[in-house]
Amino acid sequence: MRAAGAAGVPSPHVLHVLDAADGMGAGFIMDHVAGETIARKLLRNEEFAAVRPKLPLQVGAILARIHALQPGNLPPLPVTSARKELAHLRDAYHRDGQPRPVFELAFRWLAERAPPDPATPSLVHGDFRTGNLIVGSDGIRAVLDWELACRGDPVRDLGWFCTISWRFGAIDKPAGGFGSREELLAGYQAAGGRAVSLQQLYYWEVFGSLRWGVFCLGMRARSGNDRSLERAMIGRRASEAEIDLLHLIAPQGD
Amino acid sequence: MQDLPRPETLVAAVAAFLRAEIAPQIKGAANFQLRVAVNALELVTRQLVLAPGSDAAERQSLESLLGRTGTLDELNAALCGAIADGSAKLESRELQWHLWSTTMAKLAVDQPSYATYKRALAQDG
Repeated sequence: MRAAGAAGVPSPHVLHVLDAADGMGAGFIMDHVAGETIARKLLRNEEFAAVRPKLPLQVGAILARIHALQPGNLPPLPVTSARKELAHLRDAYHRDGQPRPVFELAFRWLAERAPPDPATPSLVHGDFRTGNLIVGSDGIRAVLDWELACRGDPVRDLGWFCTISWRFGAIDKPAGGFGSREELLAGYQAAGGRAVSLQQLYYWEVFGSLRWGVFCLGMRARSGNDRSLERAMIGRRASEAEIDLLHLIAPQGD
Repeated sequence: MQDLPRPETLVAAVAAFLRAEIAPQIKGAANFQLRVAVNALELVTRQLVLAPGSDAAERQSLESLLGRTGTLDELNAALCGAIADGSAKLESRELQWHLWSTTMAKLAVDQPSYATYKRALAQDG
């Protein structure tokens, strides 16, 4: 987060990183950042009406800065690729145990089209979406939740931001419910990101829906132990990923 | 045979009571948890009403697709195997129809207000 902040990514000021002497586990203390994180408010409330159209370009620019961060300046991070990630997702899907033909179809579709492993893997935020951003009336003030950061294909972050679930109902505006893919990619390239085709982006949107669906299954599995009702209900959102996957890879009326 | 009212009627009545009478009296995190609980009861109500019909239709469709009989779980596992080994293909109209109708039946229970589902319903109608 400090490295991202130094590279011009809106980031909270980190005051202290916890160590063993603190006896509080892993974590850090940051300055308060005023703003909104809740997607439904950001997408619907009048106070954000002026900032909404600016967000796709801004997100593109921020992701370009994140992806340009040199690994030498970062803590060691796992290196991933589409194939490795698919294998992890498949393991989690099999652990759940329920046969899901739509997920099978998506796994096959994604395996057949998997991009080659990147020669020089970029820093990938790993969970870049509305909900993990603090937004004010002037735009994005902070990028949060770096715990899934890794090194891999940078298009994954762009695709995750466009994944249908993270449009929070505004499904006709692919860039997080705020605007178009073209604006997002224009912002990305203008800030030094590489040229990304809509087809490459689309691959990672399909991947994003499957990733979210498998994550929902994991929530159900965990709800058995702590009996959290909210988690159990997230388990019932795997079907949301299924209809999105069908919409993407087997659209009706074709 | 058990007497009336049926389970779905009772569960729906509990959900409506909690939503209308109790939720307005409860604040903060407990209110959020209560709303999740009411959503869960409403989901259960929809499943009690809809699943007998949709499960029967899914089984019939799976049997026609696979040319064999079995439980829903067995048939779905068999279809997964056929997709994984490439014998059931994405291009198959019958497979696409089956997956769309079973997925629409899931959403009707799980999340009838989900945007992709409402769009697909409107296109159907």
